[in-house]
Amino acid sequence: MAFFVEVLVGGLLAGVMYGLVALGFVLIYKASGVFNFAQGAMVFLGALTATGLEQQGVPLWLAIAMTAIFTVVLAILIERLILKPLLAQPPISLFMATLGLAFVIEGLAQAVWGNNARALDLGIPDVPLEWLLDSTGVGVSTFDLVASIIALALIGVLSAFFSLTKTGRALRAVADDTKAALSVGIPLERVLIIVWSAAGLVALVAGLLWGARNGVQYSLTLVALKAFPVLIIGGFSSIPGAFAGGLIIGASEKLADVYIGPMIGGGIESWFPYVLALLFLLVRPEGLFGDRIIRRV
Amino acid sequence: MQNAIPPLLQLRGISLRFGGVAALANISFDVQEHEVRAIIGPNGAGKSSMLNVINGIYCPQEGEIVFNGEKRTRMSTRMAAAAGFARTFQNIALFQGMTVLENVVAGRNLKFKASLLEQAVWFGRARREEAAQREKAEEVIEFMELERYRKKVVSQLPYGLQKRVELARALAAEPRILLLDEPMAGMNAEEKREMCRFILNSNRRDGTTIILIEHDMSVVMDISDRIVVLDYGRKIADGQPKCVRDNDEVIRAYLGRSERVG
Repeated sequence: MAFFVEVLVGGLLAGVMYGLVALGFVLIYKASGVFNFAQGAMVFLGALTATGLEQQGVPLWLAIAMTAIFTVVLAILIERLILKPLLAQPPISLFMATLGLAFVIEGLAQAVWGNNARALDLGIPDVPLEWLLDSTGVGVSTFDLVASIIALALIGVLSAFFSLTKTGRALRAVADDTKAALSVGIPLERVLIIVWSAAGLVALVAGLLWGARNGVQYSLTLVALKAFPVLIIGGFSSIPGAFAGGLIIGASEKLADVYIGPMIGGGIESWFPYVLALLFLLVRPEGLFGDRIIRRV
Repeated sequence: MQNAIPPLLQLRGISLRFGGVAALANISFDVQEHEVRAIIGPNGAGKSSMLNVINGIYCPQEGEIVFNGEKRTRMSTRMAAAAGFARTFQNIALFQGMTVLENVVAGRNLKFKASLLEQAVWFGRARREEAAQREKAEEVIEFMELERYRKKVVSQLPYGLQKRVELARALAAEPRILLLDEPMAGMNAEEKREMCRFILNSNRRDGTTIILIEHDMSVVMDISDRIVVLDYGRKIADGQPKCVRDNDEVIRAYLGRSERVG
């Protein structure tokens, strides 16, 4: 039993991290109806810039703060150079633009900082919590716990921001109907910059946490691929959905790997989430929390 | 002349072209404060284009707009909103994923003053302001008799109610000029009567100046003070309902050019 719980908890904690990456997608999708293919590149860029600056002798906290400011500048550049010219275009054009953006960001990040894998130490120990291990026999890493708390706090704050404030309402308004949003005086450029900044900062946090766990390297961009099944299960437009989807994917892939894996030769952790997502697509295509699609004929 | 008081809005020689197609050709008319001004005309006459010019969505190639004594040639939709223009759309443009209340609060967007930082930390002014604006929005909801639906997501409401929510959102901005693009399109007689009542009540109670496009002639004749008639992007008549109704060119435009009207 303790083993089952340990696998489950480990999975849930990993799931919170998936949710965090998915959250970046949701923010942009919610406000512009666009699937931002560059989200993975932004995760990579954030972690790489922070570690790169640290290697230049900048203290870690300052490096992170500088990267955060840089993220906002990047959001402004993206709005000016890509989103504004493509404003009235169909979503597929914007999607293609984000695809291009992903390669540009990855390329530039590596050109500036090099493509060596780097270690990142956030100063959070990655050892099992002793009291928990002693009392229940379940091993949970301090790092995983802290990372989950940070991710949860971020999800909570953003959820509240979206539902309670004028700017949050403006973001949803732009997503629902841009023309109507303009007519009530919502400043579109500002909204887009805020959304891309928020998505960039979420990507930075995700990049730092994943980077500290697995090293800062190119494979960080692939974390974004895990966000796909999370989004399909949680719904593309729901912040709590990203979180719930993350938990489901995290827990189920670990449990499947341990309990079903041995029966069919193992290694199912890497593809199981996609099978699960496929099943969801058949049963509930809008995801658990997504806006229900109503088709009127 | 009734122009002792300068008009609130004047359009002078407005021409708008899309490529080679002239949507509006040298159109001039004015709107007095507190007036209900209708723009009518057959399909494709340029009515919606006219509204979009006033609203700043389209920028006319020629002509100028004088609003409240100030001349302008170019204005963004956002600036128009800030200047006191609010509008509804021909095809409902609501925030479909939001509740009725949220839509109406969104209509008051420009009344919010708290900075992004204040909102982010949900502190002091941001919080008080949200409560105050919600209260104002509730008043509009009451005025529009939407209390029963305030927590309903608009995509789940029937068409007629969505039209009413859209008017509520526009009224929530406390506009100086309200632009209504076919507010009664697709409604039954009962719904039209109600809509007329709301439009006139707003005009009488708050003195809102209204420019509306509408196809239902009996409605237009009933509620308008003055009517502009467009046909193929040209202005063919302008005046009080009874003058417009008896105008030969208007009758011809509506019944077809070859027909004789007896």
